Amino acid sequence: MQNEQINKNDTPRVVVTGMGIISAIGNSVEANKKALLASKSSIGSISKINTIHTEQIKVGEVVLSNDELISQLQLPDNNNFTRTALLGVFAAKEALKNADITDVNCYKTGIISSTTVGGMDKTEEHLKQFDTSSESQKYISSHHAGDSTKKIAKHLKINEFSTTMSTACSSATNAIMLGARLIKAGKLERVIVGGTDALSKFTINGFKTLMILSEDVCQPFDEYRKGLNLGEGAAYLVLESEKIAKKEGKSIMAYISGYANANDAFHQTASSENGQGAYLAMQKALDLAQLDPKDIDYINAHGTATPNNDLSESVAIKRVFGNDIPDFSSTKGYTGHTLAASGAVEAVYSVLALQEQTVFPNLNFKSKINETGLIPNTEIKKKTINHVLSNSFGFGGNCSALILSKE
Amino acid sequence: MRDCYIHSAVSISAQNTFSTEDFLLDVIVHNAKKIQAVYPNYKDFISPIAARRMQTGVKMGVVAANKALQVAKLNEPDAIITGTGMGCIADTEKFLNSIIDNNETYLTPTSFIQSTHNTIGAQIALGLKCNNYNNTYTHGSLSFESALIDAQLLLQQQEAKHVLVGGIDELGVEFVDYVQMIEANESKGICVPFSEGAAFTVLSSEKKENAIKLQDIITISEASKEELILKLEDFLTLNNMDTKAIDAIILGNNGDVYDIYYEHIVTSLFSNVARIEYKHLSGEFYTASAFAFWLGTNVLQKQYIPKEVLKNSIQNKSIKTLLLYNQFKGKDHSFILLKI
Repeated sequence: MQNEQINKNDTPRVVVTGMGIISAIGNSVEANKKALLASKSSIGSISKINTIHTEQIKVGEVVLSNDELISQLQLPDNNNFTRTALLGVFAAKEALKNADITDVNCYKTGIISSTTVGGMDKTEEHLKQFDTSSESQKYISSHHAGDSTKKIAKHLKINEFSTTMSTACSSATNAIMLGARLIKAGKLERVIVGGTDALSKFTINGFKTLMILSEDVCQPFDEYRKGLNLGEGAAYLVLESEKIAKKEGKSIMAYISGYANANDAFHQTASSENGQGAYLAMQKALDLAQLDPKDIDYINAHGTATPNNDLSESVAIKRVFGNDIPDFSSTKGYTGHTLAASGAVEAVYSVLALQEQTVFPNLNFKSKINETGLIPNTEIKKKTINHVLSNSFGFGGNCSALILSKE
Repeated sequence: MRDCYIHSAVSISAQNTFSTEDFLLDVIVHNAKKIQAVYPNYKDFISPIAARRMQTGVKMGVVAANKALQVAKLNEPDAIITGTGMGCIADTEKFLNSIIDNNETYLTPTSFIQSTHNTIGAQIALGLKCNNYNNTYTHGSLSFESALIDAQLLLQQQEAKHVLVGGIDELGVEFVDYVQMIEANESKGICVPFSEGAAFTVLSSEKKENAIKLQDIITISEASKEELILKLEDFLTLNNMDTKAIDAIILGNNGDVYDIYYEHIVTSLFSNVARIEYKHLSGEFYTASAFAFWLGTNVLQKQYIPKEVLKNSIQNKSIKTLLLYNQFKGKDHSFILLKI
């Protein structure tokens, strides 16, 4: 469909001019980069949520507490920020600063965020006091998924276009994709795109009932992988049309050269054996970018370390790349699976891979999956990287892929 | 840039809007605080086994989507885009309460699996075995509008030819009571009942005879009443029209203190225009504006404004252009232009 687009040469190219991130491995882009280059994971025991599963799970928690985030963001005491909103505002602020933007209203600017659970972290804590405690009642209006985006928009003073996506674990990639499409169509000049999700009892127990949580650190793409580690975090990218970025003398961090969204249409939670949705997303992203599979220098895989995802994704990668598989790794072993935020977290890592000309290692890998025999990159590897493919797949068959390019 | 034509508009709502060709002839007067939608005969569309696992929102969504495709004579859309403010709140409440009641033990995954916001879009895709573009928006009262904007973009940029778009929200059983409790404590809270519904449309870049056109849509997160007038005028100018081109305006009044936004627009720009309101019939929910989209499409098609929704005595001979305006709590404003 997308290659039918006419006047391709007239459409502006979309560039990344800023990034912000908070994850288990750090509270800034710089801290995340440092941890990635040091192969340093921050998966550990859960400390901020009171759950009976403490001994049976490992998670990627953001170090800062809610109180610390509130104080750093200088919010009033009576605020009704959920952790999802706190993480979101924190990372989005860094993205704007990183892009050197002081006045968001000098260009037509929008914000597109994403989340799976929205304000669930506060809802589950206060639900049974909603009808009695006035202290709890302020969290009724912060439950719905749009709330965190509205708080980010207000904090950044973006009054025009704002929206929220929720396509499970592919959410933020879809947010990046919409942002790029709106700039290409000339509807926005600048847009902050990404996602945020906080850990909650709701998701911990949800994934626990599906029996896809690992008791140990996760092992993406390993034959003996036992499931995923949940994580939390937020990440945002500032996208601009190339013309404006150049006019403003911005340094261009990366180009958004390809993206695609497809549905696996196989099962509500499981991925198909032939990875059809993932295959289509990767293939269509390559088509849009007018690139051949051999042009991809690094794949930041979805690689959740569940038996189902990693096999299905491996099959799909083989279908796209044949016998010439590029270097690939999953960075879930550093941060855990940050759900809606993961697409943006990993887009930031993909830009870092371009900037550092480095493939980040896939942690905890020992033996290849028998059926597919794929071996991820397990060491820091310096090489020429021009194009990075980043995959994000979610429940509901929602599969998205993004290609970030150096030029 | 391609135009967007409406090939079908289907609504399941608190009125008889689904199983009849009548256009709001016998309206149901609602006195309760919370009202369920008039549910269709699900068996006509979904197998009983599948329906048993689905909560109201998924069922309404899948059925309204199927009928929208049927009316548009479309087998497989190039994209499926849904908007939902509260998502699958019934299953969310169910899973959340089992966590709390059983202290995180004896849980089963079904309600968790179906609690994600994209469940409806996913179930539609699964039913159609449709591998195409699939997206879900959840942004309060701009959820359906966000889905429309995405669809418009896909069509205009020729990334798709036929797009299925819907707005869905279900009442659920618990959260809605807390929201209503807060409203009741307001000095002038929402006066219309809270409700639910699913409205779907097939948008297409292919012109069909008598097809209504989605001329344009804009959303504005925050603006003062005065700024809003300016933004609306700019929006009309962008579409090569002025206020005189508008034959009727569809407003999302819900009786709360923020209705002043509607009054300000009407008295400033549209005092001599047919005025339509609908939330006393559809009830309030985050995607109630999808009902307004269905209503507007029908008004243009049938060239008739049902008396239950006409709030002044202005009946134009012909209705060519409609403006839909909705906002929630003085924020999240949306303007939609429909044209014959």
